[in-house]
Formats: sequence, C-alpha cells, structure tokens
Amino acid sequence: MKRTALNQIHHNLKAKLVEFGGWEMPVEFSGLSQEHVNVRTRAGIFDVSHMGEIFVFGPDATRFLQKVFSIDPAKIKLGQIRYSGLMTDQGTFVDDLLCHRFSDNSYFMCVNASNSDKDYAWMKERSAGFNCTVEDRSPQYSQIALQGPFSESILRPYTNVDLTKIKYYWFTEGEVMGEKAILSRTGYTGEDGFEIYVRWDAGPAVFERLLEDNIGCGLLPTGLGARDTLRLEAKMALYGHEIDDTTTPLEADLEWIVSWDKGPFDGRDIIAAQKQRGLTRKLVGFEMIDRGIARQGYPIVKDGQQVGAVTSGTHSPWFKKAIGLGYVPIGMSPVGTEIEIAIREKPCKAKIVETPFYSRKKK
Amino acid sequence: MNYPQDRRYTPEHEWISVTAGVGTMGITDFAQRELGDMVLVDLPKVGMRLEAHQSIGTIESVKAVSDVYSPVSGEVIEINEELGKAPEKLNQDPHGAAWLIKIKVSSPVELEKLMTSDQYEDYIQQKGAH
Repeated sequence: MKRTALNQIHHNLKAKLVEFGGWEMPVEFSGLSQEHVNVRTRAGIFDVSHMGEIFVFGPDATRFLQKVFSIDPAKIKLGQIRYSGLMTDQGTFVDDLLCHRFSDNSYFMCVNASNSDKDYAWMKERSAGFNCTVEDRSPQYSQIALQGPFSESILRPYTNVDLTKIKYYWFTEGEVMGEKAILSRTGYTGEDGFEIYVRWDAGPAVFERLLEDNIGCGLLPTGLGARDTLRLEAKMALYGHEIDDTTTPLEADLEWIVSWDKGPFDGRDIIAAQKQRGLTRKLVGFEMIDRGIARQGYPIVKDGQQVGAVTSGTHSPWFKKAIGLGYVPIGMSPVGTEIEIAIREKPCKAKIVETPFYSRKKK
Repeated sequence: MNYPQDRRYTPEHEWISVTAGVGTMGITDFAQRELGDMVLVDLPKVGMRLEAHQSIGTIESVKAVSDVYSPVSGEVIEINEELGKAPEKLNQDPHGAAWLIKIKVSSPVELEKLMTSDQYEDYIQQKGAH
C-alpha cells in the first residue's frame, strides 16, 4: 500500500486509516459528522496527496487535449481551471479531472488516485503523432486541501499571493511558507477553499503548521469520509460511482462539460448520436421517504423489477436525512417522481429531488 | 477502553450479560468506534425467536451498514426503543444505556463458547485496534 508524505502525521493524530485507491489514507480524525459540519461552517484541512498530477506541454498540447478531453482546452484562459472528462472512443469516462492552463501550450491535470497510472498510459499512447510531452509528476507533489468559509483567512498569513485575486476555478503560482506552490481555488466539498500543491517533502510541514496554528480557530483535520459526504451533498461525481467507462457525460447530467463546437474528439460521435436519439437513463438525486439509507449498488426497483441502481448514498450530516444519487429510466427522472429502492431486499420509498442537495451562498 | 468482566463477547463485536436467564446484549466499544457516527438502528420485534448467530437487525453509521447477530438462542423480550430516536447513544454508551435487546436465553451453555473480556481484548488487539 502506498503512503503519502503525511502518513506519520495521520498516525500521530490517531486518524482511522483505510485503503483507498491503493493508498493508506485517513478516513476520519475526530468523527465524520463533526468534520463534515465543520467544513460547512468553518474549515477543514485534508491530505489529498494520493491524487495524481499529470503535465502536458509542447507545441501540440492544446490540439492533443482537444482530442482526448470533453471540454475545449483552447477556451480555458491562462490561469484558469476547468473540470473535464478524459474520454474513451465510446464517449464514456477514462477519468474525470481538473485541467489547469499555465500557458498557451502547457497544462497540469489533477486526476483520481486510482486512475492516475491508467490516465498517464492512456494519454501517453494517444499523444503519439502530437508534438507534446506527457509527464506523470504525481510522486513530486503533496496536495493539501483547505476547504470551508474560513479557508482564505486561514491561508492568508502564509502566502505571498493575494488570495482575494484568485477567483473560483482559477489558480496561481506562488509561495506557501516559503515553498513554491500551485494554489488552486477548487475543491471537492461544495465550499470555498484552496487546493495547494507543494513538493512532496514539503507537504508535512505545511499541513502541520496550518493545523497547529489554526486548530483553535475552527480548523480541523478532515478525512476522506467527510470528503465523500461533502461532495455527495454538492452532487460532485465520484469515479467508480456516478461515472466510469460505461457512462457518458449526458447520462451523468454533465453535458456542460461537453464542448460540441470544438470539432471532433474521442467519443464525440457516440455522444452526439445519443443526444439525438434521446437518453434512456439519467443520473438523479433522491431522498428517502421511508426509513432506511440507500448505499452504492442497491437496486432501484419498479413493480418488483430492477430498473436502475444507486451510485452513492448516505445519511447526510448537514441535512440529517438519507440522500443519494443513482441512475433511473428517463421516464422516472423528473423531480417529484416517487421511486423504490431495495434496501436489503425490502422496497423503500424515495423521491427524486432537485440537485445539488447543497449549494453554498456565493458572495 | 475497559471491557467489563461481567459479560461475554462475540467475534462480531457483540456483548451479552445474563442475569436470571435474561440476557442483555449490545455492541462493543470497538464496534462503535469502527463504524463511527451512528444514524440508524433496526431491531427485531419482541417475541421473535432467535438462533445463536442469527442476524437480528442492522446498525448504520454515516459511512457503513453492519449486521448485528444474536450471541445466543432464545426469544426477544424487550428492545431498546430509545435507540430509534437517538442512535448516537450507541457511540456514547455502547456497554451501558445503549444496549440493543433483551433475550430470554434458551440454552445457557452457548455462553461458554463466547469470549471472556480478556480473550476479547486479545482478539481486538490482533485485529489492530487503535
């Protein structure tokens, strides 16, 4: 099992550690619900160094990424970030990622830990014939996420960057505690916050100092358990749950990451044909009416027949009710539709609701 | 954590203490810590007949669901209704106020097969308890 540079800190903090995507990661520190609510109201600090960092640069970098991504990298402004799919020829997901544009032909992608090797191999192979370089620099970076309304004020004293100038889904290069860093105003919680990329060995000091100095003013170490419930409330897809290599962006309610007008790209024809034909199934959010908690893999049933499946489900620590995401036939997807979920063979009523379940009030 | 000596323990992290033929059972502190914040408890109905090791219900935390098994054979004579309204009690007092059910024990000899508190503490040490 792989370990991040911060592994010893997690042990010292008596975190509960689990295997996640081949890494030993902290799932919770003081308690999932407490950590979750604290991120919504104050701030949490996360070790997300398991995430992959893949760089693409060279004269053809933009043209190459236009081919393999669902978005159009040419439309990303320098210093801006976009969420994208890395697509198969079937119009499904190899992975989802955050694409950072440094310059005209230089990009940095933050990718899922469990897909990092696959993504690198995929992009490397498909870049043949393009004049650009694909590099996996995952081992060089520690990634620390600071999430929640207090994030900016907590980070301000440690950096030479004017954080107020970094807008949501923009980034800048600067210093944190004298260390060279990429500071991205992104996250996977539905809150304001930053994702900080520093060199691997600098990760522990940055994490420890931020935590030690700020634990008295609302900052808590926060595990991947809360990260999962936070992202679910914000309806952010998780690879292997809402999206994978069998789901298209249209089915996953992610048409906004499909750039139709950039010309051909991998899988485009199949997605376009699907759009023209009309969808047969769609990702929806639901909340339970009957007592019970839906979990990933539970069947969505109608008249005793399985018609879909839950992709993620939990008891929401913020709303204090059972919520989830899942695929249903298109006819059952309108908000307000009652569905049934088989919870350990017992059909339990739920209803389709508006998503995201949670959106923060933007300033 | 101290595992009381007045009861027996199962490998699935339940405890049972028996007085005058009535067993009170619950889950151990190790179990509640592994599962985390409890949000839902499903218990059997009073009168249900149980075999040893039969599933009697489920407890769910935010992140996982777990089956609960009866440590012994018998009949359910009382359930802890409080837990329906306040499942978080399982995190606060798993060995006391957050007991799950009471069982009229039909075969006391089954208790002998369960672990003592010393044996259970060794068992969870090997499981890598924190």
